[in-house]
Amino acid sequence: MSDVAHAHGHDEHGHHAHPTGLMRWLTTTNHKDIGTLYLIFALVMLFAAGSMALLIRAELFKPGLQLLHPDFFNQLTTMHGLIMIFGVIMPAFSGFANWQVPLMLGAPDMAFPRMNNWAFWLLPVAGILLMGSFLLPGGAVAGGWTMYPPLYIQGGISYDLTILAVHIMGLSSIMGSINIITTILNMRAPGMTLMKMPLFCWTWLITAYLLIATMPVLAGAVTMLLTDRNFGTHFFNAAGGGDPVMFQHIFWFFAHPEVYILILPAFGIVSQVIPTFARKPLFGYASMVYATASIAILSFIVWAHHMFTVGMPAAAQLFFMFSTMLIAVPTGVKVFNWVATMWRGSMTFETPMLFAIAFVCLFTIGGFSGLVLAIAPVDIQLHDTYYVVAHFHYVLVSGALFSIFAGIYYWLPKWTGHMYDETLGKWHFWLSVIGMNIVFFPMHFLGLAGMPRRIPDYALQFTEFNQIATVGAFIFGFSQLIFLAVVLKTVKGGAKATSKVWEGAEGLEWTVPSPAPYHTFETAPVVK
Amino acid sequence: MKIMWQRTGAALAAWGACQTAYAEYAYNLQEPASPIASQVFHLHNMIMLVCLGIFVVVFGAMFYSLIKHRKSVGHQAAHFHENTTVEVIWTVIPFVILMGMAYPAAKVVIAMKDTSNPDMTIKITGYQWKWGYDYLNEGVSFYSTLATPRTQIENAATKGEHYLLEVDEPMVVPVGKRVRLLITANDVLHAWWVPALGAKQDAIPGFIRDSWFEADKIGTYRGQCVELCGKDHGFMPIVVNVVSEADYKAWVEKKKGAAASAAADNGKTFDQAELVARGEKVYAANCAACHQANGMGLPGTFPAISGSKVATGPIDAHIEVVLNGRPGTAMAAFGKQLSDADIAAVVTYQRNAWANKMGDAAQPAQVAALRGGAEAAAPAAQ
Amino acid sequence: MSLAQTDKYYLPQPSIWPIVGSVALLFMAVGGTMLMREIDHGGWVLLAGMAILFYMMFGWFREVIRDSEAGRYNKQVDSSFRWSMSWFIFSEVMFFAAFFGALFYTRVLSVPWLGSGDTMQQLWPHFQAAWPTAGPGLSGEESHFTPMHAWGIPAINTLLLLSSGVTVTWAHWGLKKGARGQLILGLALTVALGLVFLGLQAYEYHHAYTEMGLTLGAGVYGATFFMLTGFHGFHVLVGTTMLIVMLGRSIAGHFTADHHFAFEAVSWYWHFVDVVWVLLFVLVYWLI
Ligand code: HEA
Ligand code: HEA
Ligand code: HEC
Ligand code: CUA
Ligand SMILES: [Cu+2]
Repeated sequence: MSDVAHAHGHDEHGHHAHPTGLMRWLTTTNHKDIGTLYLIFALVMLFAAGSMALLIRAELFKPGLQLLHPDFFNQLTTMHGLIMIFGVIMPAFSGFANWQVPLMLGAPDMAFPRMNNWAFWLLPVAGILLMGSFLLPGGAVAGGWTMYPPLYIQGGISYDLTILAVHIMGLSSIMGSINIITTILNMRAPGMTLMKMPLFCWTWLITAYLLIATMPVLAGAVTMLLTDRNFGTHFFNAAGGGDPVMFQHIFWFFAHPEVYILILPAFGIVSQVIPTFARKPLFGYASMVYATASIAILSFIVWAHHMFTVGMPAAAQLFFMFSTMLIAVPTGVKVFNWVATMWRGSMTFETPMLFAIAFVCLFTIGGFSGLVLAIAPVDIQLHDTYYVVAHFHYVLVSGALFSIFAGIYYWLPKWTGHMYDETLGKWHFWLSVIGMNIVFFPMHFLGLAGMPRRIPDYALQFTEFNQIATVGAFIFGFSQLIFLAVVLKTVKGGAKATSKVWEGAEGLEWTVPSPAPYHTFETAPVVK
Repeated sequence: MKIMWQRTGAALAAWGACQTAYAEYAYNLQEPASPIASQVFHLHNMIMLVCLGIFVVVFGAMFYSLIKHRKSVGHQAAHFHENTTVEVIWTVIPFVILMGMAYPAAKVVIAMKDTSNPDMTIKITGYQWKWGYDYLNEGVSFYSTLATPRTQIENAATKGEHYLLEVDEPMVVPVGKRVRLLITANDVLHAWWVPALGAKQDAIPGFIRDSWFEADKIGTYRGQCVELCGKDHGFMPIVVNVVSEADYKAWVEKKKGAAASAAADNGKTFDQAELVARGEKVYAANCAACHQANGMGLPGTFPAISGSKVATGPIDAHIEVVLNGRPGTAMAAFGKQLSDADIAAVVTYQRNAWANKMGDAAQPAQVAALRGGAEAAAPAAQ
Repeated sequence: MSLAQTDKYYLPQPSIWPIVGSVALLFMAVGGTMLMREIDHGGWVLLAGMAILFYMMFGWFREVIRDSEAGRYNKQVDSSFRWSMSWFIFSEVMFFAAFFGALFYTRVLSVPWLGSGDTMQQLWPHFQAAWPTAGPGLSGEESHFTPMHAWGIPAINTLLLLSSGVTVTWAHWGLKKGARGQLILGLALTVALGLVFLGLQAYEYHHAYTEMGLTLGAGVYGATFFMLTGFHGFHVLVGTTMLIVMLGRSIAGHFTADHHFAFEAVSWYWHFVDVVWVLLFVLVYWLI
């Protein structure tokens, strides 16, 4: 992409004695340390929330109640959803942003290193509040990750803790996003114009904007829940002139943009990986930027497609149906651009590329089922069934999570200075792709046939597909242990990585040595 | 074109149906039994096929490239990276395809939303965890709860054919009539759904939202609550019996007779043993879901009745909790759902079961008196 | 703006303040929950959390002020501050948008639905939809209240806040032309106006609770009224506190004519709070 006239990566540091041990991590202001912390947090949470998913799948292996009490089942579903979204995908993307944005822009660090630290260290606090509530009387929240009242008003102490945890996570996201936006807008190396930035920075810039625009809305929504629960307000109670559906409107005004927050950085990662292994520049860079921006703008006017069954007037249904369908256009542009990037390239298939290709293909399946759900009359049949569960796992697991795997394999050599074990990586890939499809593809059929989501027990005609899904879940889940092994092995040692790592890699991050020194670009490079 | 899609869709569906080892095991939406459900069925087939077509084209190209344009076969990378013409084409074509989908979809939306000119109207209320039906024209009312025995759920008995999809009192409607549904809830959100009839509507406490269906064929159609409503969300099925006009009339008459004899009970005085026996049934049907059959509740979520201060305290306070519930908690006001006789019975049962040995009894008249009083001095609903 | 090659961007040393802040929020969340759930000693845990938070803010801000006074913040850093403050205010706008959205939704949609059609006939037969309302189903004290009118204290408060916007700008002019007296006087006046505003609002709340029956529980009108004006009032409190800090720093001789972003940030914030008030005045007090 951009040529580098002057790169710099030596370590002339030791201004002051840095704290060591635990204090190093608690007090660090270094973007690489903080990026690492985010990624470790996400990995731990992946195993926590994944274990909950495996419990859910185990219970659903057979009709009848086997392992779990129905209320505990609902707790697992809710916490699985909350933690996967707020504790795995979002922190992992923040980890990538912390590591990569300064490296890609030629900046010495993030704009606000202290605030950066705080944005991370709020997450474990939220994590304690959420996970801790499993231990309290009544258990964790069981009202679904969507937190709909009045069910949410009924619950006990863990519901209050969860609301406060959401506030804290929101605070963390807002601080993190302000930091990223400021870094991107203000700290690019000379010559690095906006339209020369790697696409990953663009997608994060727009994601950060979405976060700042929607997180406060979520905070407002859960604040109203809190006061309805504890201070006698009647926002969501018809007897007092409120409306439970109002919560859904406010919540989805946040949560629909949120799902793009969960996918735009994934688009960014994939847009870095594919050109590298196709050895060909990204096709349609400018249209990628415009498509990302269009998705972000459209995402604010489609929220009620999650609410087609609340009984909206026909005009509202039509509006939200049409606007939702429109999102397929810019997303399609992206898919076509990726395919065009591969077209007539000179491709090799290292693990990051494999995950990126699987991403393009499987995310599109998820996108198509999204489009089916966007058609209001069809959604009315499929809403709150396993079809929706299939849809969002295709976009979240083979979408967001696979892009994270791709990004880890892609940049881990730069971060650790060691190559990962390619054989193990390929095993991880193939088991994940196969396992993932075995879990989630049959769920389309379950949904079509009428199996509701969030139920611990089901009618007999759903048995076979559930059994297949459960088997797949265990294959997929346990293959993640391979991932863990690869990462640990690479951190410990392995073949030395060169500074460029990949033959086709382009961009500033590949001009610094591997592992990237603690301080990089203290003097800004010049980009021509 | 449209006909072709529909034919292909039907063929695919038929193929799906052939795969069924068991009767209802399939790859597509359930067989429609109402005009709306069948419109949705065809709409879905059409959209699925379009998506399938696009998928084949796009990923055909991608996999071709993956095979031909790899380094290991010696392919050299080209260097193009933009082309305004193709970029415009692949923005416009999807847009046109979407318009082609939007038009038929909009027609179905409008047909679904048109609830005018019903032949009959039924009000449906969701409760934790049962459905209440009020036939507004006929004056028939009843509750419908899960009929599957606990033993089947707990794997102590073999599961019946309609495991979890069977109720004690199904909703009954005549075939070929436009039935308008007024749907609401009493406590939390629920959603009423019968897939084959193509009607799904959230039940929202404090609001009425309407929906409708017109069943084509006589038969029994089954569905479930599809909005998370707490612990027993998975256990509140819906069964609709579609019957002939004559059978429907007969059913209405039978229901009216049953209602009259239930009303007579409210005027009677019972002895304690009768009340306890009746109360045990009421308890099992209405209260055991939360407070558990052994009266121990679930610690932290639902209080125990066995040994509870309320159930071993003044009887009027006990009746009032059951009549009015505890606002802001899962404990609903049962005053509207249960008759005076049933409330008297369940209170008497609670006071004399498990560790509670009060030895007293509540009478329907007592409940009736408290109902009047409660109305006047209702505590602030909060 | 992109980085200049010669000018180094200031990177702070490791800092303990963020983790102290996290501990504070943990205590506050746990303590707050205990208080709401009526578990003993919740208040103390909450207070401990708040104390730690104040300690953190004190320490963190002192560090930032020292860095600033030591001249470590060059133009580039200054520009970062400007971006970040703008985005922060944008996030605040969206926070208020949620509550304004709730007000709009209830007034324009849900209350009329409750009072018409099948919802009214089947569920709330006696309800007449009108604004303000405590809703169709409350009984007892919560359902009887007098709405708050615009042309008393609220109108005076509008004048106060608008004038405070003028005084803070006047102070800024003073700072820019090096007239420290004008800066200090302007700030002092702004602080005074803010305090009087808060005093009047406290009086208004007291009056509402004791004499008008207007409480948080007074249906959706009470809920939206108190949440909107309450969060606004809280922002005025924060803004006033920050102004007091700026006043102190001005007296201590901080800030120069071309390097005083802290002051500007506070005045941006203050103007934002002002604008929110004007919206509140029109939508919450006036148009009822
Ligand atoms: C990463 C997250 C993510 C992403 C990217 C998406 C993307 C989309 N989603 Fe999804 N969605 C979720 C996460 C996501 N979703 C989640 C978590 C839920 C459930 C929440 C809950 O209830 O718990 C949900 C639920 C959900 C619903 C509500 C279902 C219900 O509850 O009833 C709907 C309905 O419209 C929907 C639609 C869409 C659409 C149209 C897209 C589009 O953006 C997809 C666009 C992509 C394509 C269409 C494919 C590529 C395009 C082409 C190849 C071009 C050519 C195509 C055509 C012309 C057709 N989603
Ligand atoms: C990014 C988000 C994300 C991800 C990655 C996943 C991953 C998975 N999800 Fe999740 N899911 C959601 C987001 C996500 N989910 C959301 C938002 C909901 C909705 C919640 C709601 O309804 O409110 C949901 C709901 C949901 C349901 C529906 C529950 C219900 O409606 O009742 C199911 C059911 O099968 C399911 C399954 C799975 C499975 C099998 C995985 C697998 O991919 C998981 C793979 C497993 C692992 C990665 C763990 C590996 C662990 C081990 C190998 C054990 C070893 C253990 C240790 C070392 C500690 N999910
Ligand atoms: C949906 C769950 C649910 C159902 C069904 C239910 N209850 Fe309750 N019940 C509760 C909850 C929760 C409480 C505690 C309320 C509180 O926190 O004050 C409660 C409290 C009570 C109490 C007071 C106990 C005490 O010690 O404070 C009595 C008595 C009672 N219920 C009787 C009944 C009867 C009789 C029925 C059936 C007709 C019934 N409940 C059905 C959830 C339920
Ligand atoms: Cu009722 Cu789910
Ligand atoms: Cu959405």
